[in-house]
Amino acid sequence: MSQALWIAKTGLDAQQMKMSNIANNLANSGTTGFKSSRAIFSDLLYQNFRQVGAQSSQDTQLPSGLMVGTGVRTVATEKLFTQGNLQKTDNQLDMAIQGRGFFQILLPDGSQAYTRDGTFQLSEQGELVTSSGYSLQPAITVQENAESLTIAGDGTVSVRLPGSSQTSQIGTIQLTNFVNPAGLQPIGDNLFIESGSSGTPQPGNPGLNGLGVLLQGHVESSNVNVVEELVNMIETQRAYEMNSRAISTTDQMLQFVSNNL
Amino acid sequence: MDHMVYVAAFGAGEAMLAQAVNAHNLANASTAGFRADLLSARSAYTDGESADTRVYAAMRNTGIDFSHGAINATGRNLDVAVNGDGWMAVSLPDGGEAYTRRGDLRVDEFGQLANGAGMQILGESGPIAVPPFSEISVGADGTVSIVPLGEDPDSNVVVDRIKLVNPDTAQLGKGEDGIIRLAGGEEAPADAAVRLIPGSIESSNVDTVAAMVQMIELSRQFESHVKIMHTAEQLDQSSAQLMSIS
Repeated sequence: MSQALWIAKTGLDAQQMKMSNIANNLANSGTTGFKSSRAIFSDLLYQNFRQVGAQSSQDTQLPSGLMVGTGVRTVATEKLFTQGNLQKTDNQLDMAIQGRGFFQILLPDGSQAYTRDGTFQLSEQGELVTSSGYSLQPAITVQENAESLTIAGDGTVSVRLPGSSQTSQIGTIQLTNFVNPAGLQPIGDNLFIESGSSGTPQPGNPGLNGLGVLLQGHVESSNVNVVEELVNMIETQRAYEMNSRAISTTDQMLQFVSNNL
Repeated sequence: MDHMVYVAAFGAGEAMLAQAVNAHNLANASTAGFRADLLSARSAYTDGESADTRVYAAMRNTGIDFSHGAINATGRNLDVAVNGDGWMAVSLPDGGEAYTRRGDLRVDEFGQLANGAGMQILGESGPIAVPPFSEISVGADGTVSIVPLGEDPDSNVVVDRIKLVNPDTAQLGKGEDGIIRLAGGEEAPADAAVRLIPGSIESSNVDTVAAMVQMIELSRQFESHVKIMHTAEQLDQSSAQLMSIS
């Protein structure tokens, strides 16, 4: 049948994908540590019907050819790792990363994941865990009787024990950096895992080697720009409509043939 | 049967092809840096016996629409748009040089600067390798500078400069992969006058309204071709009737 139908179909697919992406961004506009993503499109291959510059006779060449593109495809959805707003919560176990870096999390299957969501809680053993219960790496265990917990900008965690006027250090929170954070693979639960294109994890202490500093009592809110997403949504809807119009027009053309011949 | 039905059938087929090109442009209405394809009909004379009145209409590319797309501010430090005329040089998989206005740049897994379509951006001498950094920025003249990992924010290091060119657009054409390059695979010289707008992306230059109008026009054109085919059929029928012995 007609190529136009299939080409317009690729356009619909792409706009649909963009719309899903916008919906996911909007749905996560209140998710702590969420990073918005954007769909990236690229045109598909071209079909060469008449080669430009081909010999039209022994001494002459075709001045122009005929190439018909075959549509569009979604190459990737790219995460945008811009800083989200920092919100003060005063919860002593909340941490926000100001700058680059991720918290390293141990998954139940023993592999490592990374997150920017710093809303930590204590497990029944006193270990710092995410809201899903996965422990922070390297592990920090807070004593049962600890009275107050302080996390410094450089990751040092200290507690004050009852009957003591001094605070004692119980560990250091480390952050992990990647050459290409956009290459990390999101797996849900605010977590990312290392992929072939993210580069290898480079752990370090907060504030050193380009890593961000920690802010206790804050969380990093989602970096979704709601207004931008709404504008994108309008644009996507119109582009979708136009592509579906291309399908109906081509359909009418074919219908005209079958009705008239 | 009269030859007119062939002229009309060919015309209808070509109108359908043109509709495909138009649909391709519409499908890429939100592909960053995409340049629309232009198409027009040329008259193809068929010389031969009793064929003087038979002129076929063959479609051909009349090049690429080089008008500029809208510049959208994104605020991302690796998004760049070309200000005015000009192109960014990218490397083709076979090592050749191609040109693009697509500026959604990123540092890929090899630490090299690439755009959203995965093509490596060329600097003054080959692909731009970016050392580990804590901050990266692209200047208006294409200079890529970083703050190396673990250094003070004021220790800016210039990595390379994106090769910006401004060849004669008449020499530019799309390959079958849709990437724009110079005819004959030549390399354009760098042009210092081309400027970038950091923090912005140039959208597709497809004029959606014009494409919709074109779609209506092509569909009517197609219908008139079909109508002529229908008329040819009727003519044939009536001559068959006249000749019939009853």
